[in-house]
Amino acid sequence: MTKVSPIILILALMVGTAAPAGADSACEDPLGCVEVPHGDPVAVGAMLVVSGAVNYLGEDTLGGVELALLDREYTLLNHEIELVLEDSLCTAEGGQTAAQRLAADPTIVGAIGTNCSSAAQGAIPIISESGLLMIAPSNTSPSLTNSDIGAGGSHLPGYFRTSQNGLIEGMRTAEFAKHVLKAKTLATIHDGDPYTSGLSQAVAETFADLDGGVVFQGAVNKGDTDMSSILTEIAVHQPDVIYVPLFEPEANFFAAQMQYIAGLEDTTIIGGAASFSSGFPENTGEAAIGIYVSGPLVSGDAYDRLLAQWLDEYGSDPPSGYHAHAYDATNLLLNAVEAVALVNEDGSLLIGRQAMRDAVAATEGYPGLTGRLTCREDSPFAGDCSPGTALAMFQITEAEVYDDNWPPPVVWNFATDSFEDARPARA
Amino acid sequence: MFRNKSGEFSWVDFTIDVLRVLIVLAVVVGAWNTLSSGRISLAQWVNLLAAGLSQGSIYALIALGYTLVYGILLMINFAHGEVFMAGAFSAFFLAEALNRTGFLNEQPLLSILLMFMFAGLISMTVAVLVERIAYRPLRGSPRLVPLITAIGASFFLQYAFRGLYGSNFKAYPQVRALQGALQIGDISIPVTQIFVFCSALVLMFGLHWLVERTRIGKAMRAVSENKEVARLMGIDIDWVILFTFGVGGFLAGAAGVINGLFRPQGVNFYMGFIPGIKAFTAAVLGGIGNIPGAMLGGLFLGVIEAIGPNLVLAGLGIPGANQLKDVIAFTMLVLVLIFRPQGILGERLSETKA
Repeated sequence: MTKVSPIILILALMVGTAAPAGADSACEDPLGCVEVPHGDPVAVGAMLVVSGAVNYLGEDTLGGVELALLDREYTLLNHEIELVLEDSLCTAEGGQTAAQRLAADPTIVGAIGTNCSSAAQGAIPIISESGLLMIAPSNTSPSLTNSDIGAGGSHLPGYFRTSQNGLIEGMRTAEFAKHVLKAKTLATIHDGDPYTSGLSQAVAETFADLDGGVVFQGAVNKGDTDMSSILTEIAVHQPDVIYVPLFEPEANFFAAQMQYIAGLEDTTIIGGAASFSSGFPENTGEAAIGIYVSGPLVSGDAYDRLLAQWLDEYGSDPPSGYHAHAYDATNLLLNAVEAVALVNEDGSLLIGRQAMRDAVAATEGYPGLTGRLTCREDSPFAGDCSPGTALAMFQITEAEVYDDNWPPPVVWNFATDSFEDARPARA
Repeated sequence: MFRNKSGEFSWVDFTIDVLRVLIVLAVVVGAWNTLSSGRISLAQWVNLLAAGLSQGSIYALIALGYTLVYGILLMINFAHGEVFMAGAFSAFFLAEALNRTGFLNEQPLLSILLMFMFAGLISMTVAVLVERIAYRPLRGSPRLVPLITAIGASFFLQYAFRGLYGSNFKAYPQVRALQGALQIGDISIPVTQIFVFCSALVLMFGLHWLVERTRIGKAMRAVSENKEVARLMGIDIDWVILFTFGVGGFLAGAAGVINGLFRPQGVNFYMGFIPGIKAFTAAVLGGIGNIPGAMLGGLFLGVIEAIGPNLVLAGLGIPGANQLKDVIAFTMLVLVLIFRPQGILGERLSETKA
């Protein structure tokens, strides 16, 4: 009997194990493939804020993701869908850590997230380098879709978002201040975060283009509790409007302390989407009444069905306004898997990473809850899939402060209201 | 001038003196430019001063805890910011309950008193437990050991309270009786700030009375002076140290409630870190180990933080002046320490105490 060398036997076993299941499923994708053996789940990553001050955003978008998965009964191409959730916090370090964990998992087909633009800045290089893709449901910083690194851009291949670009939100906010509030002068504040600084800059530039006077552009530090000093500096310029896209609790401190500053009695605050949560009026108290807040506004029968489903599933209303964006983001990702996955005879899947990116990038006119989604490739909108129409200006009333009402009434719907012949918004 | 003890020219002394002159010059020029420009009205300066005094009185109350412990044990209790947080965070729930029942606005003074007592007791308990569990076993160790332990205790407390109460920001309910402002001509001072300042003053004078006029205060001073001699005089050192931690803790808890009335927002497990660092700075500024020094240091730091950016940095044309308010505060600390290394009211320490 012929003796077989144990080394040859081991080598033969290794080659046998590594070989693809069928000849038609060899991976030819330049970025490699995700292999999903028969019976294994398709793993979808999520990098959301689980803990910290803005965890309401994570809760809101996680609900959107889960409802999208529930619509498909957690099944895709006869495989169960597994959601792998990582806490990206609301910091670059948090985003980096969450991205590293997902990138280290070879079964992940793509990720939903992050919530915060700062976290996205940490996550994008890792996700891009690893060949994965991420679809963010609530990032709005203009820098994230700008490929010009020299101009402060941080876009890299593999990054997409269904939330609107801050350039659009900034533009609309400045137009609202100018045409609806009839403001002549504006001050802006940010906290150094890419989200707040990007939005402040976009608002200031548009307001200046509309012949408005930008009288003050300043910043506070994250963690500041005493705003009297910067408020006094702003009061020197007596602006008609202060644009404050800060997160909690700085936004609360700012709004609450403004009432004590002489010279700002007639000044109006407009907040950004970071203040678009039920916690903002609750924690700010009486001083929040009358503040304008820009935020997402989604409507339609499909959205109403989602809200009803949310109520059934979670027993309360969504805590913020990005659940529909997360729902759309999840569907874009799952549709891409369906479009590119090679299904072998035994039911196992082979999913090309570059093919996934190409499939999402090719999205055109997808009928999402937030509008017809088309993913763009041109900087400064590279990766932007949102039509930018699901946006409105809300005004906080006593009901939000004292009666737990949420969301506040809409005073301006940017998709339907026209700035021509605009009258001042309801006070 | 610029010569060391052996009479030689010293570049170090020269540089320090040049630095002193430059800093003083920058402060004077900045202040002159601002005041002469008239950009900020008198009413606005008074607003800033009132806010600074209120913030400073909170720093002062926390700083007293640092200075009491330093005075008696020569250690920096870096967990003291978290003792403040423990009281503030816990009293939030009491304030919420009182507000829900309507008691807070029906009986505001009694409610605030209850909150003071509750927060004080919680903070006192935490401070005493930290001393008993973390610091006492290390007494007599090199000074770096309890310092590192204090930092560890600080993190432990932060995450313990995060586990207990969650990580979301909360806000104290507003007390209707403290709303509104005292109007004097064009000048308007919020009633909350007057209340905050006055309550802090009452607590500070209470501590002064305790230390100067009671038997336990005398024992605290004796232990602070010389532990061994105090022991020979029959003083229970361990009890006095525990009591000192307890008093410091109570003041920190009360400061937590005052902070909640003054700045209702931002109550969470991390809220003690920055005030803790600032209060430590205030204690050093006033002269660490010195009780009136801690009070003065706190008030001074609060006022400097409030008016410094607008008075000095804006006058020097420095952009983003308000983001640099911590720079102003710590520059003042450096300035004071350059001229008076022992702090504003501190005494020169002997080799054994330094």
